Amino acid sequence: MTLYTSTVVTPRKPSRVWAKIGENTAYALGLPIILLVIWGIWSSISPAPFFPSPLVIAEAFVETWIGPAFVNDVLPSLARLGISIVLAVVLGIAAGTVIGLVRWLRELLEPIFEFFRAVPPPVLIPIVAVLVGANDTMKVVVMVTGAIWPVLLNTIEGVRSTDSVMTETAQSFAITRSERLRFLVLPAASPRIMTGVRQCLSIALILMVISEMFFSSSGLGYQIVFFQRNYLIAQMWSGIVLLGLIGVLLAVIFGFVERRVLRWYHGVKEVERA
Amino acid sequence: MPESRSAAKPLLTVEHLRKVYESSTGSVEAIGDISFQMNAGELVVIVGPSGCGKTTLLKCIAGLLRPTSGVVELEGKRVTGPPPNMALVFQEYGRSLYPWLTVRGNVDLPLKHKKLSRAERDRLIDDALVAVGLEHAAKSYPWQLSGGMQQRVAIARAVAYEPEVLIMDEPFAAVDAQTRADLEDLVRTLHRERGMSILFVTHDIDESVYLGERVVVLSKSPTWVQEDLSIDLPADRDQLVTRALPRFTELRTHVYEQIQRAKRGEAVRPGATAA
Repeated sequence: MTLYTSTVVTPRKPSRVWAKIGENTAYALGLPIILLVIWGIWSSISPAPFFPSPLVIAEAFVETWIGPAFVNDVLPSLARLGISIVLAVVLGIAAGTVIGLVRWLRELLEPIFEFFRAVPPPVLIPIVAVLVGANDTMKVVVMVTGAIWPVLLNTIEGVRSTDSVMTETAQSFAITRSERLRFLVLPAASPRIMTGVRQCLSIALILMVISEMFFSSSGLGYQIVFFQRNYLIAQMWSGIVLLGLIGVLLAVIFGFVERRVLRWYHGVKEVERA
Repeated sequence: MPESRSAAKPLLTVEHLRKVYESSTGSVEAIGDISFQMNAGELVVIVGPSGCGKTTLLKCIAGLLRPTSGVVELEGKRVTGPPPNMALVFQEYGRSLYPWLTVRGNVDLPLKHKKLSRAERDRLIDDALVAVGLEHAAKSYPWQLSGGMQQRVAIARAVAYEPEVLIMDEPFAAVDAQTRADLEDLVRTLHRERGMSILFVTHDIDESVYLGERVVVLSKSPTWVQEDLSIDLPADRDQLVTRALPRFTELRTHVYEQIQRAKRGEAVRPGATAA
């Protein structure tokens, strides 16, 4: 009947994939290494008590964090952080989907959201501590109350702006509610949702540290504040470095998940740009 | 209608359909009074001047819009919401296919709630993809395909759904002329070989005559049926041969004149008074 061109995707050769990974690694590590070298040289030229050399910090890092502190402070912090992120993402997406789909609920809740969103979660710490006690639950609650907002608001917006033709398509094929949620509403909102999750991660990390500054005797945040107050400068820096590394780890995990979830989205964008 | 099967009940009946859009600046009467019937196995083309409310009419028929007054009946049942035995192909293929699903996933999606076995579903999908000539692209994503191929996916999705009636809303308005000719022949083939009942809306006069067994000419808005024309061309149509027939030219000229009259508002609605 007619001639068809075959599809345009051809897989990359494996050798080129490795070359690409090598190149990406060089780009990712290049600047940090250069900055460390500059810092190292600078600190040996003019030593300052509050800015020890990277080698001193590295030594303090190994001493401080590799050992019992990892199990007693770092792991519990990471566990609370992980639970809070999962809770914030799940609750945010679930509530955001409902609110995004139900118009009257959205109009009812949005002004209140503006109010609660403006309240900085750290000021809630004493209140939450009174309500649930000064324990892990308190820390998780504080992290979730801060980190849920970007997920919630982005989900609402993403769900609300589902394309009208796509919705009509689903309606015309009499696709059921649950199918519509799973195959239309959530995937259509997923780019916005992932934007919210990205912001949620950094807020959760900040609140992890802050939530451990009050009523605590362990945890990464507590340790860093402890080192600061006791002028253990190299140890304090090593804690800050560890926080940064956790941030990088979160970003890597996020990037991995995002590439999977939004593969189609990046594909569409690439086609549009071409 | 010479070919109407007098005993058979019509598949689709539109009776005195009227649609008025209410807005803050006043009300707009998009559709005045449309009545027509369509039998099972027919290919009816609706053509009208631009802005005559073709899409509004289709949305009312598809149960996506509620008419202000009048009745749409499919197989004797009144349409109040999207009927399960109807499939739609939209003009905007890019927005009607889901980019997060593969071609196969898109065709499969409406079948999920049809309570078919996995094997039966696979058979329907494969069959539909072969029918539109896309069996090699099942694992691709829609956005990896050209516009014409994407519209083929949308058609495959409708074919696999096995609807009683297939409604196509200016499906080829956004593809290039060569692809368009191919897709027109695809629609003819689906109609001829599978006996599909197709209601096809277009603003292209040549396309309406080439495709249709009947052409329903709409007036300008507020719309009514200006003419219900039976197309007495041979059923076997060919882009070169059919379009070169003197009868094709006559019919085309006739429809063209009707549309021009419609645009100028010269045709008078039967039974309509000055009010």
